[in-house]
Amino acid sequence: MNKRAIFIVLTLLIAVFLTSCSSSAESASETGADQAYIENKGSDTIVNLALAWAEEYQKLYPAIRISVTGGGSGTGIAAMLNGTVTIANSSRSISEDEKKQAAEKGIEPVEYIIAKDAIAVIVNPNNPVSQLTLQQLSDIYSGKINNWSEVGGEDRQIVRLSRETNSGTHVYFLETVLRLGSKENKTLFSTDTLLLPSSEGIINELRTNPNAIGYDGLGYVPKDLKMVAVSKDGVLPYVLPSINTVNDDTYAVSRDLYMYTATEPQEETKKYLEWIMTAEAQKIVADLGFVPIFK
Amino acid sequence: MKTNTNIQEFIVTRLIKLSGYSAIVFVALIFLFLIKEGVPTFAEIPLGDLLSDRWYPIEDYFGILPLISGSLIITLGATLIAVPLGIGTAVFIAEIAPRWAREILKPLVELLGGLPSVVIGFLGILVITPSLRVLLNLPTGLTALAGSLLLGFVALPTVVSVAEDALDTVPRSYREGAWALGATRWQTIWRVTLPAAKSGVLTAIMLGIGRAIGETIIVMMVTGNAPIMAFKISSIFSPVRTMTATIAAEMGEVSNGSIHYHALFFIGMVLFIISLIVNITASAVVFRSQKRSEKVLS
Repeated sequence: MNKRAIFIVLTLLIAVFLTSCSSSAESASETGADQAYIENKGSDTIVNLALAWAEEYQKLYPAIRISVTGGGSGTGIAAMLNGTVTIANSSRSISEDEKKQAAEKGIEPVEYIIAKDAIAVIVNPNNPVSQLTLQQLSDIYSGKINNWSEVGGEDRQIVRLSRETNSGTHVYFLETVLRLGSKENKTLFSTDTLLLPSSEGIINELRTNPNAIGYDGLGYVPKDLKMVAVSKDGVLPYVLPSINTVNDDTYAVSRDLYMYTATEPQEETKKYLEWIMTAEAQKIVADLGFVPIFK
Repeated sequence: MKTNTNIQEFIVTRLIKLSGYSAIVFVALIFLFLIKEGVPTFAEIPLGDLLSDRWYPIEDYFGILPLISGSLIITLGATLIAVPLGIGTAVFIAEIAPRWAREILKPLVELLGGLPSVVIGFLGILVITPSLRVLLNLPTGLTALAGSLLLGFVALPTVVSVAEDALDTVPRSYREGAWALGATRWQTIWRVTLPAAKSGVLTAIMLGIGRAIGETIIVMMVTGNAPIMAFKISSIFSPVRTMTATIAAEMGEVSNGSIHYHALFFIGMVLFIISLIVNITASAVVFRSQKRSEKVLS
Protein backbone atom coordinates (compact mmCIF):
# COMPACT_ATOMS: atom_id res chain seq x y z
CA MET A 1 0.00 0.00 0.00
CA ASN A 2 2.86 2.26 0.89
CA LYS A 3 4.20 2.23 -2.67
CA ARG A 4 0.86 3.11 -4.11
CA ALA A 5 0.63 6.12 -1.79
CA ILE A 6 4.06 7.30 -2.98
CA PHE A 7 2.98 6.84 -6.55
CA ILE A 8 -0.13 8.97 -6.02
CA VAL A 9 1.84 11.70 -4.29
CA LEU A 10 4.37 11.75 -7.12
CA THR A 11 1.66 12.03 -9.74
CA LEU A 12 0.07 14.89 -7.86
CA LEU A 13 3.40 16.64 -7.52
CA ILE A 14 4.05 16.37 -11.25
CA ALA A 15 0.57 17.66 -12.00
CA VAL A 16 1.05 20.62 -9.66
CA PHE A 17 4.45 21.32 -11.18
CA LEU A 18 3.10 21.30 -14.72
CA THR A 19 0.15 23.56 -13.97
CA SER A 20 2.31 25.99 -12.03
CA CYS A 21 4.63 26.30 -15.01
CA SER A 22 1.87 27.34 -17.36
CA SER A 23 0.22 29.74 -14.94
CA SER A 24 3.47 31.56 -14.13
CA ALA A 25 4.03 32.16 -17.85
CA GLU A 26 0.57 33.73 -18.12
CA SER A 27 0.95 35.99 -15.11
CA ALA A 28 4.26 37.32 -16.46
CA SER A 29 2.64 38.60 -19.62
CA GLU A 30 -0.23 40.18 -17.68
CA THR A 31 1.95 42.26 -15.35
CA GLY A 32 3.60 43.97 -18.32
CA ALA A 33 0.53 46.10 -18.98
CA ASP A 34 1.04 48.80 -16.34
CA GLN A 35 4.72 49.42 -17.17
CA ALA A 36 6.42 51.03 -20.13
CA TYR A 37 6.98 48.30 -22.69
CA ILE A 38 9.35 48.64 -25.64
CA GLU A 39 9.29 46.01 -28.31
CA ASN A 40 12.40 45.66 -30.42
CA LYS A 41 12.63 43.37 -33.45
CA GLY A 42 14.71 42.84 -36.56
CA SER A 43 18.22 42.13 -37.79
CA ASP A 44 19.87 38.97 -36.51
CA THR A 45 23.23 40.76 -36.71
CA ILE A 46 22.10 43.28 -34.13
CA VAL A 47 20.06 40.96 -31.93
CA ASN A 48 22.86 40.24 -29.43
CA LEU A 49 23.78 43.89 -29.19
CA ALA A 50 20.13 44.89 -28.71
CA LEU A 51 19.75 42.21 -26.05
CA ALA A 52 22.83 43.42 -24.18
CA TRP A 53 21.53 47.00 -24.29
CA ALA A 54 18.07 45.93 -23.16
CA GLU A 55 19.49 43.97 -20.24
CA GLU A 56 21.70 46.83 -19.11
CA TYR A 57 18.92 49.40 -19.51
CA GLN A 58 16.44 47.29 -17.53
CA LYS A 59 18.99 47.08 -14.75
CA LEU A 60 19.15 50.88 -14.68
CA TYR A 61 15.38 51.41 -15.05
CA PRO A 62 13.56 48.35 -13.68
CA ALA A 63 10.16 49.83 -14.58
CA ILE A 64 10.91 49.60 -18.30
CA ARG A 65 10.50 46.28 -20.03
CA ILE A 66 12.23 45.71 -23.36
CA SER A 67 11.71 42.62 -25.46
CA VAL A 68 14.17 41.84 -28.24
CA THR A 69 13.63 39.37 -31.08
CA GLY A 70 15.47 38.62 -34.31
CA GLY A 71 14.03 37.49 -37.62
CA GLY A 72 15.95 39.68 -40.05
CA SER A 73 16.06 43.36 -40.99
CA GLY A 74 13.11 43.09 -43.39
CA THR A 75 10.92 41.39 -40.79
CA GLY A 76 11.74 44.08 -38.26
CA ILE A 77 10.96 47.00 -40.57
CA ALA A 78 7.71 45.34 -41.71
CA ALA A 79 6.66 44.86 -38.09
CA MET A 80 7.50 48.50 -37.32
CA LEU A 81 5.39 49.67 -40.31
CA ASN A 82 2.51 47.45 -39.15
CA GLY A 83 2.75 48.97 -35.71
CA THR A 84 3.44 45.69 -33.91
CA VAL A 85 6.86 46.76 -32.63
CA THR A 86 8.19 50.07 -31.32
CA ILE A 87 11.73 49.82 -32.67
CA ALA A 88 12.98 47.98 -35.74
CA ASN A 89 16.62 46.85 -35.85
CA SER A 90 18.19 46.84 -39.28
CA SER A 91 21.63 46.14 -40.66
CA ARG A 92 20.77 48.08 -43.85
CA SER A 93 19.08 51.42 -44.40
CA ILE A 94 15.38 51.41 -45.17
CA SER A 95 14.66 50.60 -48.84
CA GLU A 96 12.74 52.77 -51.34
CA ASP A 97 10.01 50.14 -51.35
CA GLU A 98 9.62 50.25 -47.60
CA LYS A 99 9.63 54.06 -47.64
CA LYS A 100 6.76 53.96 -50.13
CA GLN A 101 4.81 51.56 -47.91
CA ALA A 102 5.40 53.87 -44.97
CA ALA A 103 4.16 56.89 -46.93
CA GLU A 104 0.96 55.03 -47.86
CA LYS A 105 0.32 54.43 -44.18
CA GLY A 106 1.13 58.01 -43.30
CA ILE A 107 4.23 57.04 -41.35
CA GLU A 108 7.52 58.89 -41.44
CA PRO A 109 10.13 56.46 -40.11
CA VAL A 110 12.89 58.01 -38.04
CA GLU A 111 16.38 56.64 -38.56
CA TYR A 112 19.05 56.22 -35.88
CA ILE A 113 22.57 55.01 -36.64
CA ILE A 114 23.32 53.08 -33.47
CA ALA A 115 26.66 51.41 -34.20
CA LYS A 116 28.93 50.37 -37.02
CA ASP A 117 30.01 46.98 -38.16
CA ALA A 118 33.35 46.42 -39.87
CA ILE A 119 34.81 43.17 -41.08
CA ALA A 120 38.57 42.77 -40.92
CA VAL A 121 40.43 40.47 -43.31
CA ILE A 122 43.03 38.58 -41.30
CA VAL A 123 46.13 36.54 -42.13
CA ASN A 124 48.90 34.83 -40.21
CA PRO A 125 51.56 37.30 -38.97
CA ASN A 126 54.21 35.46 -41.06
CA ASN A 127 52.32 36.10 -44.27
CA PRO A 128 54.08 38.90 -46.21
CA VAL A 129 50.86 39.96 -47.96
CA SER A 130 49.61 43.10 -46.27
CA GLN A 131 47.22 44.68 -48.76
CA LEU A 132 44.52 43.43 -51.14
CA THR A 133 41.85 44.98 -53.32
CA LEU A 134 38.20 44.01 -52.99
CA GLN A 135 38.43 42.32 -56.41
CA GLN A 136 41.41 40.24 -55.26
CA LEU A 137 39.54 39.24 -52.10
CA SER A 138 36.54 38.24 -54.19
CA ASP A 139 38.74 36.16 -56.50
CA ILE A 140 40.47 34.49 -53.57
CA TYR A 141 37.22 33.48 -51.88
CA SER A 142 35.48 32.42 -55.09
CA GLY A 143 38.40 30.15 -56.00
CA LYS A 144 39.89 32.11 -58.94
CA ILE A 145 43.08 32.88 -57.04
CA ASN A 146 44.51 29.80 -55.35
CA ASN A 147 48.09 30.69 -54.54
CA TRP A 148 49.51 33.48 -52.41
CA SER A 149 52.13 34.19 -55.10
CA GLU A 150 49.34 35.54 -57.35
CA VAL A 151 48.76 38.42 -54.92
CA GLY A 152 52.39 39.12 -54.11
CA GLY A 153 52.99 36.53 -51.41
CA GLU A 154 54.96 33.31 -51.04
CA ASP A 155 54.36 30.24 -53.18
CA ARG A 156 51.75 28.69 -50.86
CA GLN A 157 48.28 27.36 -51.45
CA ILE A 158 45.60 29.65 -50.04
CA VAL A 159 43.39 28.15 -47.33
CA ARG A 160 40.12 30.10 -47.14
CA LEU A 161 38.41 30.38 -43.78
CA SER A 162 34.88 31.62 -43.30
CA ARG A 163 32.15 31.68 -40.66
CA GLU A 164 29.24 29.25 -41.06
CA THR A 165 26.48 30.18 -43.52
CA ASN A 166 24.05 31.02 -40.72
CA SER A 167 26.26 33.85 -39.47
CA GLY A 168 25.30 37.40 -40.39
CA THR A 169 28.97 38.12 -40.97
CA HIS A 170 29.10 35.38 -43.61
CA VAL A 171 26.18 36.86 -45.53
CA TYR A 172 27.54 40.39 -45.29
CA PHE A 173 30.97 39.26 -46.51
CA LEU A 174 29.33 37.39 -49.40
CA GLU A 175 27.35 40.46 -50.47
CA THR A 176 30.00 43.13 -49.96
CA VAL A 177 33.23 41.35 -50.82
CA LEU A 178 32.53 38.29 -53.00
CA ARG A 179 29.76 40.02 -54.97
CA LEU A 180 31.32 43.49 -54.63
CA GLY A 181 28.02 44.89 -53.45
CA SER A 182 26.22 44.16 -56.72
CA LYS A 183 22.80 42.49 -56.59
CA GLU A 184 23.19 40.84 -60.03
CA ASN A 185 26.52 39.26 -59.12
CA LYS A 186 25.93 35.61 -58.22
CA THR A 187 29.48 34.68 -57.19
CA LEU A 188 29.64 31.95 -54.56
CA PHE A 189 32.23 30.90 -52.02
CA SER A 190 34.61 28.26 -53.41
CA THR A 191 33.45 24.83 -52.14
CA ASP A 192 36.75 24.22 -50.38
CA THR A 193 36.24 27.25 -48.13
CA LEU A 194 36.44 26.00 -44.56
CA LEU A 195 33.26 26.93 -42.72
CA LEU A 196 34.14 27.21 -39.06
CA PRO A 197 31.41 27.38 -36.43
CA SER A 198 33.03 30.06 -34.29
CA SER A 199 35.29 33.09 -34.35
CA GLU A 200 37.55 31.13 -32.06
CA GLY A 201 38.01 28.42 -34.70
CA ILE A 202 39.03 30.96 -37.34
CA ILE A 203 41.42 32.82 -35.04
CA ASN A 204 43.01 29.59 -33.89
CA GLU A 205 43.67 28.31 -37.43
CA LEU A 206 45.01 31.71 -38.53
CA ARG A 207 47.36 31.78 -35.59
CA THR A 208 49.06 28.50 -36.57
CA ASN A 209 48.61 28.32 -40.34
CA PRO A 210 50.60 30.65 -42.64
CA ASN A 211 48.48 29.55 -45.65
CA ALA A 212 45.20 30.76 -44.21
CA ILE A 213 43.12 33.85 -44.83
CA GLY A 214 40.04 34.65 -42.77
CA TYR A 215 37.67 37.41 -41.80
CA ASP A 216 35.78 38.43 -38.70
CA GLY A 217 34.15 41.36 -36.95
CA LEU A 218 36.77 44.02 -36.20
CA GLY A 219 36.25 43.73 -32.44
CA TYR A 220 37.10 40.03 -32.45
CA VAL A 221 40.56 40.33 -34.00
CA PRO A 222 43.31 39.60 -31.45
CA LYS A 223 46.47 41.72 -31.46
CA ASP A 224 48.83 38.90 -32.47
CA LEU A 225 47.20 38.41 -35.89
CA LYS A 226 47.76 40.54 -38.95
CA MET A 227 44.99 42.56 -40.55
CA VAL A 228 45.08 43.22 -44.29
CA ALA A 229 44.66 46.75 -45.66
CA VAL A 230 41.86 46.86 -48.22
CA SER A 231 41.40 49.14 -51.21
CA LYS A 232 38.01 49.53 -52.89
CA ASP A 233 39.40 49.42 -56.43
CA GLY A 234 43.20 49.50 -56.30
CA VAL A 235 43.26 53.23 -57.07
CA LEU A 236 41.94 54.42 -53.74
CA PRO A 237 44.42 53.99 -50.89
CA TYR A 238 44.76 50.70 -49.02
CA VAL A 239 43.17 51.22 -45.61
CA LEU A 240 43.49 49.20 -42.42
CA PRO A 241 40.27 48.85 -40.42
CA SER A 242 40.11 50.82 -37.19
CA ILE A 243 37.51 52.81 -35.28
CA ASN A 244 38.71 55.96 -37.09
CA THR A 245 38.73 54.60 -40.64
CA VAL A 246 35.33 52.98 -40.14
CA ASN A 247 33.83 56.21 -38.82
CA ASP A 248 35.18 58.35 -41.67
CA ASP A 249 34.04 55.73 -44.23
CA THR A 250 37.45 55.15 -45.80
CA TYR A 251 37.49 51.43 -44.92
CA ALA A 252 35.55 49.51 -47.56
CA VAL A 253 34.11 46.56 -45.66
CA SER A 254 31.99 48.37 -43.11
CA ARG A 255 28.37 49.32 -42.70
CA ASP A 256 26.08 51.26 -40.42
CA LEU A 257 23.66 49.50 -38.12
CA TYR A 258 20.27 51.15 -37.68
CA MET A 259 17.24 51.39 -35.49
CA TYR A 260 13.96 52.76 -36.86
CA THR A 261 10.88 54.06 -35.11
CA ALA A 262 7.60 54.63 -36.93
CA THR A 263 7.26 58.30 -35.95
CA GLU A 264 8.94 60.59 -33.44
CA PRO A 265 9.21 58.19 -30.49
CA GLN A 266 7.31 58.53 -27.23
CA GLU A 267 9.06 59.59 -24.08
CA GLU A 268 10.26 56.22 -22.78
CA THR A 269 11.44 55.02 -26.18
CA LYS A 270 13.15 58.34 -26.83
CA LYS A 271 15.00 58.08 -23.54
CA TYR A 272 16.12 54.57 -24.44
CA LEU A 273 17.40 55.64 -27.86
CA GLU A 274 19.22 58.59 -26.31
CA TRP A 275 20.82 56.25 -23.78
CA ILE A 276 22.04 54.04 -26.63
CA MET A 277 24.11 56.98 -27.93
CA THR A 278 25.85 57.48 -24.59
CA ALA A 279 29.43 56.39 -24.01
CA GLU A 280 28.21 53.81 -21.51
CA ALA A 281 26.00 52.03 -24.06
CA GLN A 282 28.56 52.42 -26.83
CA LYS A 283 31.07 50.58 -24.66
CA ILE A 284 28.82 47.51 -24.97
CA VAL A 285 29.06 47.95 -28.75
CA ALA A 286 32.82 47.56 -28.57
CA ASP A 287 32.54 44.59 -26.19
CA LEU A 288 30.41 42.71 -28.70
CA GLY A 289 32.84 43.19 -31.59
CA PHE A 290 31.11 46.08 -33.33
CA VAL A 291 32.48 49.58 -33.87
CA PRO A 292 31.14 52.34 -31.62
CA ILE A 293 29.96 55.53 -33.32
CA PHE A 294 31.84 58.75 -32.68
CA LYS A 295 30.34 61.17 -30.26
CA MET B 1 2.25 -10.46 3.10
CA LYS B 2 1.56 -12.76 0.18
CA THR B 3 -0.63 -10.27 -1.65
CA ASN B 4 2.01 -7.66 -1.07
CA THR B 5 4.67 -9.65 -2.97
CA ASN B 6 2.11 -10.37 -5.66
CA ILE B 7 1.49 -6.68 -6.18
CA GLN B 8 5.20 -6.02 -6.22
CA GLU B 9 5.70 -8.78 -8.73
CA PHE B 10 2.91 -7.38 -10.85
CA ILE B 11 4.27 -3.83 -10.81
CA VAL B 12 7.85 -4.86 -11.48
CA THR B 13 7.07 -7.15 -14.41
CA ARG B 14 4.83 -4.50 -15.95
CA LEU B 15 7.49 -1.84 -15.51
CA ILE B 16 10.11 -4.03 -17.17
CA LYS B 17 7.74 -4.86 -20.00
CA LEU B 18 6.92 -1.17 -20.39
CA SER B 19 10.57 -0.13 -20.61
CA GLY B 20 11.21 -2.92 -23.10
CA TYR B 21 8.39 -1.83 -25.37
CA SER B 22 9.13 1.86 -24.89
CA ALA B 23 12.50 1.39 -26.59
CA ILE B 24 10.72 0.15 -29.70
CA VAL B 25 8.08 2.85 -29.47
CA PHE B 26 10.68 5.61 -29.14
CA VAL B 27 12.67 4.45 -32.16
CA ALA B 28 9.47 4.19 -34.17
CA LEU B 29 8.34 7.65 -33.07
CA ILE B 30 11.70 9.19 -33.89
CA PHE B 31 11.65 7.63 -37.33
CA LEU B 32 8.06 8.76 -37.94
CA PHE B 33 8.98 12.29 -36.90
CA LEU B 34 12.02 12.27 -39.19
CA ILE B 35 9.86 11.07 -42.08
CA LYS B 36 7.17 13.64 -41.37
CA GLU B 37 9.68 16.51 -41.39
CA GLY B 38 12.05 15.11 -44.01
CA VAL B 39 9.80 13.74 -46.73
CA PRO B 40 8.49 17.17 -47.88
CA THR B 41 12.03 17.64 -49.23
CA PHE B 42 11.15 15.41 -52.19
CA ALA B 43 8.34 17.77 -53.14
CA GLU B 44 10.39 20.94 -52.59
CA ILE B 45 13.75 20.02 -54.09
CA PRO B 46 14.08 18.17 -57.43
CA LEU B 47 15.97 14.88 -57.05
CA GLY B 48 18.65 16.11 -59.46
CA ASP B 49 19.41 19.07 -57.20
CA LEU B 50 19.43 16.87 -54.12
CA LEU B 51 22.04 14.62 -55.72
CA SER B 52 24.20 17.49 -56.99
CA ASP B 53 27.64 18.31 -55.62
CA ARG B 54 27.01 21.73 -54.06
CA TRP B 55 25.68 22.39 -50.55
CA TYR B 56 25.03 26.08 -49.97
CA PRO B 57 21.62 26.34 -48.36
CA ILE B 58 21.36 30.12 -48.08
CA GLU B 59 21.34 30.30 -51.90
CA ASP B 60 19.15 27.19 -52.27
CA TYR B 61 21.86 24.74 -53.28
CA PHE B 62 20.89 21.50 -51.55
CA GLY B 63 23.24 18.84 -52.94
CA ILE B 64 23.75 16.32 -50.14
CA LEU B 65 26.35 14.10 -51.83
CA PRO B 66 29.33 16.04 -50.37
CA LEU B 67 27.86 15.61 -46.91
CA ILE B 68 27.24 11.88 -47.31
CA SER B 69 30.73 11.35 -48.74
CA GLY B 70 32.21 13.38 -45.88
CA SER B 71 30.50 11.30 -43.22
CA LEU B 72 31.41 8.04 -44.94
CA ILE B 73 35.10 8.81 -45.46
CA ILE B 74 35.57 9.91 -41.85
CA THR B 75 33.70 6.90 -40.49
CA LEU B 76 35.69 4.56 -42.73
CA GLY B 77 38.94 6.09 -41.52
CA ALA B 78 37.85 5.91 -37.89
CA THR B 79 36.80 2.27 -38.29
CA LEU B 80 40.13 1.34 -39.87
CA ILE B 81 41.86 2.83 -36.84
CA ALA B 82 39.51 1.72 -34.06
CA VAL B 83 38.76 -1.86 -35.10
CA PRO B 84 42.23 -3.44 -35.37
CA LEU B 85 43.50 -1.43 -32.43
CA GLY B 86 40.40 -2.06 -30.36
CA ILE B 87 40.20 -5.78 -30.95
CA GLY B 88 43.94 -6.10 -30.44
CA THR B 89 43.65 -4.32 -27.12
CA ALA B 90 40.65 -6.43 -26.14
CA VAL B 91 42.53 -9.66 -26.95
CA PHE B 92 45.52 -8.45 -24.96
CA ILE B 93 43.42 -7.55 -21.94
CA ALA B 94 41.29 -10.71 -22.03
CA GLU B 95 43.82 -13.34 -23.09
CA ILE B 96 47.39 -12.27 -22.60
CA ALA B 97 47.77 -9.63 -19.92
CA PRO B 98 48.52 -10.84 -16.39
CA ARG B 99 45.79 -10.33 -13.87
CA TRP B 100 47.20 -7.14 -12.31
CA ALA B 101 47.69 -5.48 -15.69
CA ARG B 102 44.14 -6.33 -16.67
CA GLU B 103 42.80 -4.77 -13.51
CA ILE B 104 44.56 -1.51 -14.35
CA LEU B 105 43.93 -1.51 -18.11
CA LYS B 106 40.19 -2.21 -18.12
CA PRO B 107 39.16 0.73 -15.92
CA LEU B 108 41.63 2.98 -17.75
CA VAL B 109 40.05 2.17 -21.11
CA GLU B 110 36.61 2.82 -19.66
CA LEU B 111 37.82 6.11 -18.24
CA LEU B 112 38.96 7.03 -21.76
CA GLY B 113 35.42 6.38 -22.96
CA GLY B 114 34.13 8.86 -20.42
CA LEU B 115 36.15 11.78 -21.81
CA PRO B 116 33.72 14.46 -23.06
CA SER B 117 34.00 14.72 -26.84
CA VAL B 118 34.33 18.49 -26.76
CA VAL B 119 37.56 18.06 -24.76
CA ILE B 120 38.88 15.66 -27.39
CA GLY B 121 37.89 18.14 -30.10
CA PHE B 122 39.72 20.89 -28.28
CA LEU B 123 42.86 18.75 -28.05
CA GLY B 124 42.43 18.03 -31.76
CA ILE B 125 42.32 21.70 -32.67
CA LEU B 126 45.29 22.61 -30.50
CA VAL B 127 47.54 19.59 -31.07
CA ILE B 128 46.46 17.20 -33.85
CA THR B 129 45.56 19.59 -36.67
CA PRO B 130 48.62 21.86 -36.47
CA SER B 131 50.98 18.87 -36.29
CA LEU B 132 49.21 17.07 -39.16
CA ARG B 133 49.71 20.16 -41.31
CA VAL B 134 53.42 20.29 -40.55
CA LEU B 135 54.11 16.53 -40.65
CA LEU B 136 52.27 15.81 -43.90
CA ASN B 137 52.97 19.22 -45.46
CA LEU B 138 49.27 19.87 -46.07
CA PRO B 139 47.76 23.32 -46.75
CA THR B 140 45.67 22.92 -43.58
CA GLY B 141 45.40 20.34 -40.82
CA LEU B 142 41.61 20.65 -40.62
CA THR B 143 41.02 17.53 -42.69
CA ALA B 144 39.06 14.30 -42.82
CA LEU B 145 42.19 12.59 -41.51
CA ALA B 146 42.13 14.64 -38.31
CA GLY B 147 38.47 13.71 -37.88
CA SER B 148 39.20 10.03 -38.49
CA LEU B 149 42.06 9.96 -36.00
CA LEU B 150 40.03 11.58 -33.25
CA LEU B 151 36.89 9.56 -33.95
CA GLY B 152 38.97 6.38 -33.97
CA PHE B 153 40.18 7.44 -30.56
CA VAL B 154 36.58 8.05 -29.45
CA ALA B 155 35.29 4.73 -30.80
CA LEU B 156 38.23 2.77 -29.35
CA PRO B 157 37.00 2.43 -25.73
CA THR B 158 33.59 1.22 -26.92
CA VAL B 159 35.17 -1.43 -29.14
CA VAL B 160 37.67 -2.55 -26.49
CA SER B 161 35.14 -2.70 -23.69
CA VAL B 162 32.43 -4.64 -25.54
CA ALA B 163 34.86 -6.97 -27.34
CA GLU B 164 36.69 -7.72 -24.10
CA ASP B 165 33.42 -8.63 -22.39
CA ALA B 166 32.60 -10.97 -25.28
CA LEU B 167 36.01 -12.67 -25.12
CA ASP B 168 35.63 -12.99 -21.37
CA THR B 169 32.42 -15.03 -21.72
CA VAL B 170 34.10 -17.69 -23.89
CA PRO B 171 34.28 -20.75 -21.58
CA ARG B 172 37.74 -21.70 -20.37
CA SER B 173 37.15 -25.26 -21.60
CA TYR B 174 37.33 -24.06 -25.24
CA ARG B 175 40.86 -22.77 -24.72
CA GLU B 176 41.89 -25.82 -22.74
CA GLY B 177 40.55 -28.02 -25.53
CA ALA B 178 42.62 -26.12 -28.10
CA TRP B 179 45.75 -26.28 -25.97
CA ALA B 180 45.20 -30.02 -25.45
CA LEU B 181 45.17 -30.44 -29.22
CA GLY B 182 48.58 -28.78 -29.35
CA ALA B 183 47.49 -25.35 -30.61
CA THR B 184 49.78 -22.45 -29.80
CA ARG B 185 48.50 -19.45 -27.89
CA TRP B 186 48.11 -17.43 -31.10
CA GLN B 187 46.30 -20.29 -32.84
CA THR B 188 43.95 -20.59 -29.87
CA ILE B 189 43.14 -16.88 -29.95
CA TRP B 190 42.75 -16.63 -33.72
CA ARG B 191 40.99 -19.95 -34.44
CA VAL B 192 39.03 -20.67 -31.25
CA THR B 193 38.45 -17.77 -28.87
CA LEU B 194 37.77 -14.99 -31.39
CA PRO B 195 35.38 -17.09 -33.56
CA ALA B 196 33.55 -18.22 -30.42
CA ALA B 197 33.08 -14.59 -29.37
CA LYS B 198 32.23 -13.52 -32.92
CA SER B 199 28.79 -12.06 -32.28
CA GLY B 200 30.02 -10.00 -29.34
CA VAL B 201 33.02 -8.76 -31.29
CA LEU B 202 30.80 -7.80 -34.22
CA THR B 203 28.53 -5.90 -31.84
CA ALA B 204 31.62 -4.11 -30.56
CA ILE B 205 32.60 -3.08 -34.09
CA MET B 206 29.08 -1.90 -34.87
CA LEU B 207 28.80 0.13 -31.72
CA GLY B 208 32.17 1.65 -32.56
CA ILE B 209 31.02 2.57 -36.08
CA GLY B 210 27.80 3.94 -34.66
CA ARG B 211 29.73 6.09 -32.22
CA ALA B 212 31.91 7.40 -35.05
CA ILE B 213 29.20 8.21 -37.59
CA GLY B 214 27.01 9.93 -35.02
CA GLU B 215 29.75 12.05 -33.44
CA THR B 216 29.15 15.72 -34.07
CA ILE B 217 31.10 18.23 -32.06
CA ILE B 218 34.54 16.76 -32.77
CA VAL B 219 34.07 16.65 -36.55
CA MET B 220 32.63 20.15 -36.44
CA MET B 221 35.76 21.38 -34.70
CA VAL B 222 38.49 19.61 -36.68
CA THR B 223 37.32 18.75 -40.21
CA GLY B 224 36.94 22.26 -41.60
CA ASN B 225 33.30 21.72 -42.67
CA ALA B 226 33.96 22.45 -46.35
CA PRO B 227 31.32 20.65 -48.45
CA ILE B 228 33.72 18.99 -50.90
CA MET B 229 32.95 15.75 -52.74
CA ALA B 230 35.13 13.18 -50.96
CA PHE B 231 34.88 9.93 -52.89
CA LYS B 232 38.60 9.50 -53.63
CA ILE B 233 41.17 8.02 -51.25
CA SER B 234 43.15 11.27 -51.41
CA SER B 235 40.10 13.11 -50.05
CA ILE B 236 41.19 11.96 -46.61
CA PHE B 237 43.76 14.80 -46.78
CA SER B 238 41.20 17.46 -47.67
CA PRO B 239 38.63 19.19 -45.49
CA VAL B 240 35.17 17.62 -45.52
CA ARG B 241 31.73 18.42 -44.13
CA THR B 242 29.76 15.68 -42.41
CA MET B 243 26.00 15.23 -42.15
CA THR B 244 26.03 15.55 -38.37
CA ALA B 245 28.06 18.76 -38.38
CA THR B 246 25.74 20.25 -41.02
CA ILE B 247 22.65 19.55 -38.95
CA ALA B 248 24.28 20.88 -35.79
CA ALA B 249 25.64 24.03 -37.42
CA GLU B 250 22.54 24.99 -39.35
CA MET B 251 19.58 23.79 -37.28
CA GLY B 252 19.74 26.64 -34.81
CA GLU B 253 19.16 29.39 -37.36
CA VAL B 254 16.79 27.76 -39.79
CA SER B 255 13.15 28.90 -39.80
CA ASN B 256 10.62 26.25 -38.91
CA GLY B 257 9.00 24.59 -41.92
CA SER B 258 11.27 26.11 -44.58
CA ILE B 259 12.89 24.14 -47.41
CA HIS B 260 16.21 24.26 -45.60
CA TYR B 261 14.54 22.93 -42.42
CA HIS B 262 13.07 19.98 -44.29
CA ALA B 263 16.40 19.36 -46.03
CA LEU B 264 18.14 19.12 -42.65
CA PHE B 265 15.58 16.55 -41.49
CA PHE B 266 16.12 14.71 -44.75
CA ILE B 267 19.82 14.50 -43.87
CA GLY B 268 18.76 13.15 -40.48
CA MET B 269 16.72 10.49 -42.28
CA VAL B 270 19.69 9.50 -44.42
CA LEU B 271 21.85 9.25 -41.30
CA PHE B 272 19.22 7.10 -39.60
CA ILE B 273 18.96 4.80 -42.63
CA ILE B 274 22.74 4.42 -42.85
CA SER B 275 23.00 3.34 -39.22
CA LEU B 276 20.01 1.02 -39.75
CA ILE B 277 21.84 -0.62 -42.67
CA VAL B 278 24.98 -1.05 -40.56
CA ASN B 279 22.93 -2.65 -37.79
CA ILE B 280 20.94 -4.95 -40.04
CA THR B 281 24.03 -6.15 -41.94
CA ALA B 282 25.83 -6.90 -38.71
CA SER B 283 22.94 -8.79 -37.14
CA ALA B 284 22.41 -10.70 -40.40
CA VAL B 285 26.06 -11.80 -40.27
CA VAL B 286 25.72 -12.83 -36.63
CA PHE B 287 22.45 -14.66 -37.34
CA ARG B 288 23.90 -16.58 -40.27
CA SER B 289 26.96 -17.67 -38.36
CA GLN B 290 24.78 -18.80 -35.47
CA LYS B 291 22.66 -20.92 -37.79
CA ARG B 292 25.77 -22.46 -39.30
CA SER B 293 27.18 -23.35 -35.89
CA GLU B 294 23.83 -24.92 -34.95
CA LYS B 295 24.07 -27.07 -38.07
CA VAL B 296 27.59 -28.14 -37.16
CA LEU B 297 26.50 -29.12 -33.67
CA SER B 298 23.43 -31.09 -34.71
